[in-house]
Amino acid sequence: MDPLLELQDLVVHFHTLDGVVHAVNGASYAVTAGQTLGIVGESGCGKSVSVLSVMRLIPEPPGEIVAGRVLYRGQDLLRLDKLHVQTIRGKEIAMVFQDPMTSLNPVLTIGQQISETMVVHEGMDKREARHQAIKLLETVGIPQPEDRYSDYPHQFSGGMRQRAMIAMALSCHPNVLIADEPTTALDVTIQAQIVDLVKDLRDRLGMAMIWITHDLGVVAELADRVVVMYAGFIVEEADVFTLFETPCHPYTLALLKSLPRVDSVSNEKLATIRGSPPDCLHLPPGCPFVPRCAFVVERCQRENPTLQHIASGHKIACWVDVTTGRER
Amino acid sequence: MSDRQVLVSVQGLRKYFPIYRGIVFQTQVGAVKAVDDITFDVYRGETLGLVGESGCGKTTTGRTILQLYRPTTGRVIFDGIDLTTQKGESLRKMRRRMQMIFQDPFASLNSRWTISRIVGEPMRIHRLYSRAEQIERVEELLELVQLDRMHVNRYPHEFSGGQRQRIGVARALASNPDFIVCDEPISALDISIQAQVVNLLDDLQERFGLTFLFIAHDLSMVRHICDRVAVMYLGVIVELADRGELYDHPQHPYTQALLSAVPIPDPLKTRARQRVILAGDPPSPVNPPGGCRFHPRCPIAKDCCAIEIPAWHEISPGHWIACHAV
Repeated sequence: MDPLLELQDLVVHFHTLDGVVHAVNGASYAVTAGQTLGIVGESGCGKSVSVLSVMRLIPEPPGEIVAGRVLYRGQDLLRLDKLHVQTIRGKEIAMVFQDPMTSLNPVLTIGQQISETMVVHEGMDKREARHQAIKLLETVGIPQPEDRYSDYPHQFSGGMRQRAMIAMALSCHPNVLIADEPTTALDVTIQAQIVDLVKDLRDRLGMAMIWITHDLGVVAELADRVVVMYAGFIVEEADVFTLFETPCHPYTLALLKSLPRVDSVSNEKLATIRGSPPDCLHLPPGCPFVPRCAFVVERCQRENPTLQHIASGHKIACWVDVTTGRER
Repeated sequence: MSDRQVLVSVQGLRKYFPIYRGIVFQTQVGAVKAVDDITFDVYRGETLGLVGESGCGKTTTGRTILQLYRPTTGRVIFDGIDLTTQKGESLRKMRRRMQMIFQDPFASLNSRWTISRIVGEPMRIHRLYSRAEQIERVEELLELVQLDRMHVNRYPHEFSGGQRQRIGVARALASNPDFIVCDEPISALDISIQAQVVNLLDDLQERFGLTFLFIAHDLSMVRHICDRVAVMYLGVIVELADRGELYDHPQHPYTQALLSAVPIPDPLKTRARQRVILAGDPPSPVNPPGGCRFHPRCPIAKDCCAIEIPAWHEISPGHWIACHAV
């Protein structure tokens, strides 16, 4: 199937007083309809910046999309003018943000905010939009949606706000839903509710979905394909079963080993990754993971590996074969 | 079980925060029942996990035990001494033996102080060392938490989140405490850093025989680090048991739902699993439901659950629960 949304070699820089921050360094990924792509990485690895570029939501300046293409149904979103992007953003590609408290307007009611998208994009009149908004609130599982329509965000709990955000994102029947850490601020029982809701909606509406998270457990549950990012580079990409069963990049391997499990226990110490996440202001000349990697060979210091196929649908950016510890 | 020595005994602890209305004539119109009658023991040398969702009173429990909040009623017996009756100098002497590690390593270190002043503060307050000894001891502590002893004169902003949390750990160790309340010490850290800090706490516990009350919402990490685990819901403890028992045979319906909601980083396993999804959100602790506080969301609630508060009872040795159905 042809991809619905495709990033090609995206490079994003931020110009700061301290120098140029290399936030995304040549990221490529794609999603097809009905598929979920999980993007995993630690804070500052460029996962949010890459999807914000898709939506053209990077403030320029200080940000700059230096190179790359974002193809949505064959047209490059980065080449379109602002007005044209606005007809796609929110309508065909919708986004759910991490913190539902700061991304909702505190002085408008929840209902008004959901209706707004439909009035703008679908040309509905206010009454019809209200009717639709109440139906959406019901779809995402808000009890007494008619009464809740005129509540303000502060009257909603965290989980309900995130549901309202999802209702807003779904209001124009988007083809692509981008979720940027939508459950990170929520408790696990509420997270489970939201994940279930989104899975159900995805299957019913046939949306393509990009789900950004640092929680490998959520990815295991939800994603079809997974992209692992480190220091603005994609270091591994595979389908979800392959990634968890045979991770081939030292970073993915180490991350999975360092996770304690709720379903089993060992008395051994947790495996750790030494050092701390990289500083995208000063990236080393070779592979950015070298200072923390357990498999370094001489070549890693000199050359940064590019993403290569090692099996069908499984790509990694690493010189070393982790099963033998030697250069591949 | 009997050979274990109780270090901290919490008995019938309650902490209500009053809600006032009016500016000139303030009248109390209600109370947030943050902690409402909890009883448990912490044994010497163990790590007791305290888990639950945000707003359930975990942090308040930790702070009330340390007398950072004075309890509304109830007693906290620390090594034979009732802390709730202590004040002034005698309470301060007790504080040397109990410390806290905070959640947010960015907010809990004074940004205008050097590391040596931050880590040295507990020693100054308790007049533990002479000036020269103190400098030596600060450097020792930094090495203990795997930081460079040359960094004593730096300021907090020069360190990363994981390093700052190590500074917080060093400060907590400065007065040679017996008991440390770790209030979500790793939840603000990146995943690759969490394991480092957890292993450090583990090492320190072994080395100094520390007792931890480990407050967290990450149930996977709690399973790894704790010996026993207590589950809180809306101000009360609903279940307490040894780690293995609690995770493998949870008895309270809330514990079961909570555990089944934790995602497992294994796609085959996590997708095959049956989950209990709770409806709705936790109610407000200002006006908690009568009877069992969990009954409006409980999948197995009976009639009596809405009326009677379930008794805190032991169903097998060391496994405590508050539920009518079990």
